[in-house]
Amino acid sequence: MKKLFLSLVLSVAPLAAFSAGGAVQLDHISTDLSDKASLQRGAQLYMNYCMGCHSLEYARYNRVARDLDIPEEIMMENLVFNDVNFGSLMENAMSEEDGKEWFGAAPPDLTLVARVRGPDWLYTYLRGFYKDENRPMGVNNVVFPNVGMPHVLADLQGLCAEQPHPVTDKRFDPLTGRTITEGGCEAYETEGMLTPTEYDNAMYDLVNFLEYMGEPFAEDRERIGWMVFAFLAVFLVIGQLLYRELWKDIH
Amino acid sequence: MSTNKPAFMQWLDQRLPVTNAYEKHMSKYYAPKNLNWWYVFGLLATLVFVNQILSGIWLTMSYVPSADEAFHSVEYIMRDVDSGWIIRYMHSTGASFFFIVVYLHMFRGIMYGSYQKPRELIWVFGMFIYLALMAEGFMGYVLPWGQMSYWGAQVIISLFGAIPVIGDGLTEWIRGDFLISGITLNRFFALHVIAIPLVLALLVVLHILALHEVGSNNPDGVDIKKHKDDKGAPLDGIPFHPYYTVGKLPMIILFLFVFCGVLFFFPEGGGYFLEHANFEPANPLKTPEHIAPTWYYGAFYSILRAVPDKLMGVIAMAAAIAILFVLPWLDRSPVRSWRYKGWMSKTAIILFAIAFIVLSYLGGQPVTDLNTWLARICSVIYFGFFILMPWYTRIEKTKPVPERVPE
Amino acid sequence: MTQDGVNKGRRRFLYIAAGAMGAAGAVGVATPFVRSWYPSEKAKAVGAPVDVDISTLESGEMRIAEWRGKPIFIVRRTETMIENLRKDELTSRLADPESEVASQQPEYAQNTLRSRAEDLLVLEGVCTHLGCSPQFRPEVEPQPFDANWMGGFFCPCHGSRFDLAGRVYKGVPAPTNLVVPPHVVQGSVLTVGEESA
Repeated sequence: MKKLFLSLVLSVAPLAAFSAGGAVQLDHISTDLSDKASLQRGAQLYMNYCMGCHSLEYARYNRVARDLDIPEEIMMENLVFNDVNFGSLMENAMSEEDGKEWFGAAPPDLTLVARVRGPDWLYTYLRGFYKDENRPMGVNNVVFPNVGMPHVLADLQGLCAEQPHPVTDKRFDPLTGRTITEGGCEAYETEGMLTPTEYDNAMYDLVNFLEYMGEPFAEDRERIGWMVFAFLAVFLVIGQLLYRELWKDIH
Repeated sequence: MSTNKPAFMQWLDQRLPVTNAYEKHMSKYYAPKNLNWWYVFGLLATLVFVNQILSGIWLTMSYVPSADEAFHSVEYIMRDVDSGWIIRYMHSTGASFFFIVVYLHMFRGIMYGSYQKPRELIWVFGMFIYLALMAEGFMGYVLPWGQMSYWGAQVIISLFGAIPVIGDGLTEWIRGDFLISGITLNRFFALHVIAIPLVLALLVVLHILALHEVGSNNPDGVDIKKHKDDKGAPLDGIPFHPYYTVGKLPMIILFLFVFCGVLFFFPEGGGYFLEHANFEPANPLKTPEHIAPTWYYGAFYSILRAVPDKLMGVIAMAAAIAILFVLPWLDRSPVRSWRYKGWMSKTAIILFAIAFIVLSYLGGQPVTDLNTWLARICSVIYFGFFILMPWYTRIEKTKPVPERVPE
Repeated sequence: MTQDGVNKGRRRFLYIAAGAMGAAGAVGVATPFVRSWYPSEKAKAVGAPVDVDISTLESGEMRIAEWRGKPIFIVRRTETMIENLRKDELTSRLADPESEVASQQPEYAQNTLRSRAEDLLVLEGVCTHLGCSPQFRPEVEPQPFDANWMGGFFCPCHGSRFDLAGRVYKGVPAPTNLVVPPHVVQGSVLTVGEESA
């Protein structure tokens, strides 16, 4: 099983995917920053499960609330767990030294993680934990071997007994030719609160939120881009007419 | 001069050669009438230069050049400063586009022999601009203080360590520390925002002054100054303004389409313009899994890696840049443009362009046996283009260049 | 090369159209550059409303808080002080006793005492002359700068005088009353920088 998985490992990765850190086949998702409901659910998951260790120190609560259509009171009462102002940076209380001591490496800030790793890596990572007694936290990860992080989402997902494999890795029974599995985890060590599909959807929301976090102005950027294109299109027509008019002198 | 000028212009002209300069460089600067779209890149380079200066000045208003604050201040610009992300992307996109237009501009010069007599100095000034631009780009890339900034600087500065005897001392002197630190960052900041831009601006002025002294070349390499009308204007020339200023408007707008397309829709340029690993703060204890220079140094980096010896690699890389300076004296052809050169020159130019593109690409790829051999073949082509030029340009049969610009 | 037979009108029209587009483009490009000079999110977060606990503020006492880098004077005025503020012998010496210059206070402070509640005075401690911070001189006694001093604020820089409602005297360099910042009181908490809770 593990060998089969490794045999599917790609050996050459383009530059764009290289920083994603390796050769494991990643599950692809298409993030959608206009889906505010998904982003809100993602923010809720992040604040509940990640924020304790992973700060978002370049972002501010009020900006997130504004962008995600979350009212100030709801944001401050339900999503912000430390005593800070609405306009504060989203820092947490864990010091780098503590982090190092507890997990071997300080949990990194995740504001820009989607720009470093890409959404596919994150999506595969969050669904890639499995049981490994040899690790200090008892878990390992498919795309991040020997990761220091415990599986904090285990109460949602459950704990996979062996390496899950990518959804896109559809394997066939060599005798019947039928698909053996759609991918993901096949056997759970402990059950979680969510079904595999619910968990995948939740992780989609979380990755969507992180993608937003990496570039919170991305929607604005494209909107302004279209306006600029419209302006340039008109300018191009006038410019071309003027060019032809002037060059009548020469031809 | 005509006397119906406004009184103010008369007053001004007696004290400052405004009208004179306008006529010399714009309305009575005669450019060949057969310039094609390859001739837009000089103007575009100027446009990008202005973009870099303006966006750069605005970035310094919020950027903090210190090891502790640099990375944070860039994200501050991207998130907290109103419209800051536009200004930052203008600058990062502009950096890559500066090199794109300069490379095309240089290739135009090679195709049409624009470096040939009497335009050698224009080419040499241009090469100095290119050199300054490489330094500018390198130092600018260090400023965001991400992982690629840090480790890119580490690799480039280490190159100087290959120089025998003084190498180690030299690298320490450049860094101002025993490792790349805030001290290095600070001096690179000063050089990037003041010193090199000043040098660049001066060189651009010299480049243009030299050009306007001898006049523009053209795709046919015809000397338009041989045939003039009774007023002294070349028969095949047309005033630069308005025909090539306003006339280039459609090309400029097309360029802006591409530029804004990247800026607003693909600001990372697929990981080539803004590298993924550079969104992680610099960490002197952890090298990213894959270090590559920014794409515009790729060709020279490939040549460096193609040579299996540290010192020889550095020498090969330096030679690859230095040999461009003497190009005007390597070309012995009686004609300028490749339109009239023989098949050998044409083949050489095309092979050279392909080799340069392949080398640039390989510079961003991990080292494999195949890549190394490809880089070696392309490096040989790169140098062969120059070293064999005196030979193939002299022996090949050229076509006669017409007296006048062909209709 | 000839300009015979050129449609001058068409050419001029195209020139103007291209020029207008160019100007519009320049304005468009300038926009982010101009906007980037407005207070950033960071500045706004630092300049966010400030809460001050005023439960322990004694009658006749002044406390100084900070909001947006400015000293905020918070005074609990005594009965006598309030009576003095209404006396003709004081108001006749003031430049704008009824706070008619609307820019100097929110609407709810546009009254004789320039406050929401009679006793509680909230002022920006910044002289309207050249930005020095005035001194608190509550005592009703002759001063070197004013023989009939009724209590108030005195600016040491250029001698501007204000009463205990921040109203400026006539004949001093400061042109207007001291500014009352937007504020709101909820129980014992004064919030400076916010109009309503």
